[in-house]
Amino acid sequence: MVGIVGYGTYIPKWRIRVEEIAKIWGHDPENYRDGLMLEEKSVPYLDEDTATMAVEAARGALRRAPHVNPKSVGALYVGSESHPYAVKPTATIVAEAIEATPYLTAGDIEFACKAGTAGIQACMGLIRAGYIKYGMSIGSDAAQGQPADALEYTAAAGAAAYLLGEDNVIVEIEGTYSYTQDVPDFWRREGERFPRHAGRFTGEPGYFDHVLSCARGMMKQMGMSASDYDYIVLHMPNGKFPMRAAQLLGFSREKILPSLVVTKLGNSYSASSMLGLAAVLDQAKGGERILMTSYGSGAGSDAFSMLVKDGISEVQELAPTVEYYINRREYVDYALYSKFRGQLKGFG
Amino acid sequence: MNHSLNKRNGVAIVGVGATPFGEHWRKSLRELALEASLSAVAEAGIRGKDIQEFFIGNMSGGMFTGQEHVAALVTDFLGLNPAPAIRVEAACASGSVAFRQGYVAIASGLYNLVAVGGVEKMTDVQGGWATAILSGAMDTEWEAYFGVTFPGIYAMIANRYMHEYGLTREQLAKVAVKNHYHGSLNPNAHLRNRITVEDVLKSPLVADPLRLFDCCPISDGAACVLLAPANEARKYTDTPILVGSCAQASDTLSLFGRRDMCTLDATRHAASQAFEESKLSPEDVDFAEVHDCFTIAEILATEDLGLCSKGRAAKLYDEEQTFIGGKLPINTDGGLKAAGHAVGATGVKQIVEAVRQLRGEAEKGRQVKGAEIGLTHSVGGSGATAVVTILRRGDSIP
Repeated sequence: MVGIVGYGTYIPKWRIRVEEIAKIWGHDPENYRDGLMLEEKSVPYLDEDTATMAVEAARGALRRAPHVNPKSVGALYVGSESHPYAVKPTATIVAEAIEATPYLTAGDIEFACKAGTAGIQACMGLIRAGYIKYGMSIGSDAAQGQPADALEYTAAAGAAAYLLGEDNVIVEIEGTYSYTQDVPDFWRREGERFPRHAGRFTGEPGYFDHVLSCARGMMKQMGMSASDYDYIVLHMPNGKFPMRAAQLLGFSREKILPSLVVTKLGNSYSASSMLGLAAVLDQAKGGERILMTSYGSGAGSDAFSMLVKDGISEVQELAPTVEYYINRREYVDYALYSKFRGQLKGFG
Repeated sequence: MNHSLNKRNGVAIVGVGATPFGEHWRKSLRELALEASLSAVAEAGIRGKDIQEFFIGNMSGGMFTGQEHVAALVTDFLGLNPAPAIRVEAACASGSVAFRQGYVAIASGLYNLVAVGGVEKMTDVQGGWATAILSGAMDTEWEAYFGVTFPGIYAMIANRYMHEYGLTREQLAKVAVKNHYHGSLNPNAHLRNRITVEDVLKSPLVADPLRLFDCCPISDGAACVLLAPANEARKYTDTPILVGSCAQASDTLSLFGRRDMCTLDATRHAASQAFEESKLSPEDVDFAEVHDCFTIAEILATEDLGLCSKGRAAKLYDEEQTFIGGKLPINTDGGLKAAGHAVGATGVKQIVEAVRQLRGEAEKGRQVKGAEIGLTHSVGGSGATAVVTILRRGDSIP
């Protein structure tokens, strides 16, 4: 059965607190801290972008799969909404860096915050069809949030990579399910620097309709219910939405908290639910079952029903854990943050 | 000001319908209007062709959705052609002014059956845009142009009122607490969560002293009522509701032009005419649906309608007399604050709520026991237009 063979993550070490952003714009930080369950978010340094973070995460995935020769990776996809180039793939940069070239297929995928999970499904198909032995899908984003917009409090940076195959599987993917409709809740047009969103429309008709429908469809397809799962991992645009969705799906707080990295990291867009899954895998034990559902505006969700195998304990420590990255942090003020994000006029 | 009326017919409400108020992401302006209208038609057991004219309140279909000519649209899709269709615009009082047109059409003896609808689809635009569109209901040249918004206008009123009458911030919060409690009992309300005074005081500041929980939400929704001469009402329903009176008054469009910032003279004039026409007094009112776009607006309405004397409304809230079960239940459906405010529909929705209360059809816990006389009050802008309607049970209709 197709499953996860290795996984790796990367989170920049810089952080900015919600209070620091709120101070600049005269907002009330409690709206974000209590209202959206956010404390701080990760900030990429000047020389970090979607490509560099994807490379770090990909290397971590290979370190957790020591038996896999990078040359046997037959497909590599990078999902992001902040690819450094408009034309020219990020995936080739990553493939070159991990020495998977030249005998592979590669490509960049864009589907707001769920492009990385779409890549996992593409790899699963190629593997099951026998076209490739291993495939890698990465979710990586240095997310853009317009200054003073609500998104500025959440738009963060991070990456998560998943190596998929059929041998030495540490997590079996028992099933996958998707739910997709054309819903214009959040978008960035060609040439625009920051995404725009339709306010409260991103909530119910966007996030909640897709995440709930997809997760319910997945459980129905598997003939399972919330009580069959030990963990739930959801896309995390903020802390409030996934907590509410998990509750509506019948999951207790304890089952979502291990994946709820958003409070300390913000929303790393394409990496968001994939980083949440990695945080769970860092502590999961053989026999535990995980339900994951991503969400990408525009809009769609991909769900995965997964069963953790005993072999996971042998690879958990082979690469930095999500917790390691969360604790490795230094705070910047808004001025440095502006410099890092290239928001100072006349510089960069 | 005292004009004698030449009323030929008593007027009765013979059918009502309304959509829930809220964020109707999957329903358009026309779908909302049709849903409410069809349920009123079904309730009265009539056919579309029986309706002789359709009046519809709609503040700004053009700005909110791009759709003007709303009355023709709804009349067409209801299958009422070639009946005349009229859209009425009076800002947030659009629905109640439309209702008054229907009332006049029956009272004057011109028609035997008319429909009055109200509809607004506000969530197709974002909050900031909605606020800007609503600002069109004030004096755009002399108020909105300088940056004033409706929360700002009502905040100025609240500040002045607190200064004049010693109203406290906590007392103001009690209006929202009561309305959310009523909303929690109403399955058709936009906001159904119960809140505390502390929740209001902790909510984000919008325009000092008004906080988020002092402000009504932006809602989508529609409502419709059918009107007929009282002596024909039993043809349509066993529980006709009489329109005792429906009065409207005007005042300055701008806040700065007012005689007194803390009084809505349009409400006072409309109320005194409504009581005179119906030969009733404020003491006769069993419950009231008033225009609480902001908490301070409900305080003003309670006083300006004559339900209590000036400067004394806060006491009613301290004593919890405006809850259902109290001496004077106000906004039994949650009001604009909790039931929602789909501007063009609100005035008609108030009538629908009053009719259901008078028929004894409100949900358990929400019914005002033995309600015989209800009052509705609607305001356009910051008080340039006010409509007061007094409804009573139609037991006396043969």
